[in-house]
Amino acid sequence: MNTTWSRFNVTSVVLGFAFLYLPIVLLVVFSFNESKLVTVWGGFSTKWYVSLFHNQGLMDAAWVTARVGVISATVATVLGTLAALTLTRYTRFRGRILFSGMVFAPLVMPEVITGLSLLLLFVAVGLDRGFFTVTLAHITLTMCFVAVVVQSRLVSFDRSLEEAAMDLGATPVKTFFQITLPVIAPAIVSGWMLAFTLSLDDLVIASFTSGPGATTLPMKIYSQVRLGVTPEINAACTILIAVVAVGVIIASVANKRREVQRQIDEQAAQRG
Amino acid sequence: MKSLGSIRRDFAPWTDPNAKPYIQFENVTKKFGDFTAVNNLSLTIFEREFFALLGASGCGKSTLLRMLAGFEEPTAGRILLDGQDLRGIPPYRRPVNMMFQSYALFPHMSVEKNIAFGLKQEGMPAPDIEKRVAEMLKLVKLEQFAKRKPHQLSGGQRQRVALARSVAKRPKVLLLDEPLGALDKKLREETQFELMDLQQNLGLTFVVVTHDQEEAMTMADRIAIIDKGEVMQVATPAEVYEAPSSRFVAHFVGNVNMFEGKVAERAANTTRITGSTGAQIVVENSTDTKAGSDIVFAIRPEKIKVSSKKPADAVNALEGEVYDIAYLGDMTVYHVRLDDGQIIRASALNAARVTEDPLTWNDRAWVSFRPDAGVVLTR
Repeated sequence: MNTTWSRFNVTSVVLGFAFLYLPIVLLVVFSFNESKLVTVWGGFSTKWYVSLFHNQGLMDAAWVTARVGVISATVATVLGTLAALTLTRYTRFRGRILFSGMVFAPLVMPEVITGLSLLLLFVAVGLDRGFFTVTLAHITLTMCFVAVVVQSRLVSFDRSLEEAAMDLGATPVKTFFQITLPVIAPAIVSGWMLAFTLSLDDLVIASFTSGPGATTLPMKIYSQVRLGVTPEINAACTILIAVVAVGVIIASVANKRREVQRQIDEQAAQRG
Repeated sequence: MKSLGSIRRDFAPWTDPNAKPYIQFENVTKKFGDFTAVNNLSLTIFEREFFALLGASGCGKSTLLRMLAGFEEPTAGRILLDGQDLRGIPPYRRPVNMMFQSYALFPHMSVEKNIAFGLKQEGMPAPDIEKRVAEMLKLVKLEQFAKRKPHQLSGGQRQRVALARSVAKRPKVLLLDEPLGALDKKLREETQFELMDLQQNLGLTFVVVTHDQEEAMTMADRIAIIDKGEVMQVATPAEVYEAPSSRFVAHFVGNVNMFEGKVAERAANTTRITGSTGAQIVVENSTDTKAGSDIVFAIRPEKIKVSSKKPADAVNALEGEVYDIAYLGDMTVYHVRLDDGQIIRASALNAARVTEDPLTWNDRAWVSFRPDAGVVLTR
């Protein structure tokens, strides 16, 4: 690999990162701004974080978002895993292609359309919009992502593991819980995390399907920004970024460690 | 015929008409869609036998094993184990265990948990499981690896874990699907003998699937040669090699020379054959062949002698030219092109360091063999 740092390389890397991260850096920096004006630096302060925790509206929205995220991600993970199992295991049932197409359609469906159609459905059924409908909508949105992640793991799953378990006397149900599930667990966990992040992040579908009393954090932020950006919002966003970043870093460090340990083990096994 | 018996002394239940069969395939057919994997096949395996299913890939041998394990049901026919029809019994209720080609070790469990898995399903009490696992680890010499995960083991160690796991439940029958396929040559040879010892010590019935004829010959009491879902021959390794029942079997196991010809004259126990190019040979033959019928005389390379002069006492001697020589250390393989164009493969054991009758490329040479050195095949 070429490791020399030419002027051209340095410039392109700096520009690239600036393009990606300058807005976020600005947001974080200005969350520590003393001044009330978002674009004028008035000295370092953490007062917006303090006032953020006293802003009942934002705190309520954060709590709603967390609950919606956890519940919808969990239900979507169960449904998505079942869909992935069906798609990889039962390759010859009537309407399989239709089924797989319909499972994956929400991946490419414009969110506005998903949101609008869900809104129409809830109105038609007479369901009061609120916490329940947002959660339901997020399950619809995220289930297909879970299915994709889990399916890609199942494709490379060695079926002889299940046969071996049954051969040794485990019933199909026991085989599923003792062998299949533990082996594909990492994919299920990443599916859950993906679903949670998507739910956390969603503004469009939530705007269509939520009602009074179930305002999510992105909705709250968006509505406040329309009245003018306050450093408080910057602080809220910084915390959100920190939470996501810490999660991603922990996950990738753990992954990397496992990988390295595995390589060391395998080399040791080959030698011994 | 002189003795072509079992490699194990006093073990030949297949020669005893009163012996009770242990595993019976009765007219078993298995179809996958339009493809017939197993075609009206019948086979009998006896208790404590080491039985090998030998065939090229895709011949249906693995399907037979999978039907015995319960992963596939026969389309027609039935499979009996110890007199009991296995139809409809799911894999987890059959008293057979299988060792998989990929080993199929559970990656999230340690070696001891892998071995204990089957015992736990049985509901064996924990102290007994512990004892049995220790016993199994000792059997396969992996005591110090009990806590390791499969990915922390070498290929040979994984194979032994898979073996320990599959015999831990003391199954009536152990099925082995290409058990040594993933090992290197040296390890494979060692493991062959370990498997044979294990089978003897535990007194189990082994059914092994392999495409490696050497492996089957080394380990098995009897071999079934399978082609296109049908049994070509079931016999001891010696019989399969020395008395193949058809051209396919003769070709499939070891190297062979084939003389094509017609029966010229039939005497009490010998047949004179006129080769397709006019050469005459006399061979011992007990099967009834009519004069004028097409037959093949199959003879193994090591039963043909190559010499620079015509042997004085030889019944069958054909002249040709040395076409190719391959020196393999323990033996030398000669390819001799007969004057009628046929190429004969002959091998000579290098019993002495220096040969008295050196032959080299393009030398004139004679190939000779005894009348009883090969077999007459009609199909």
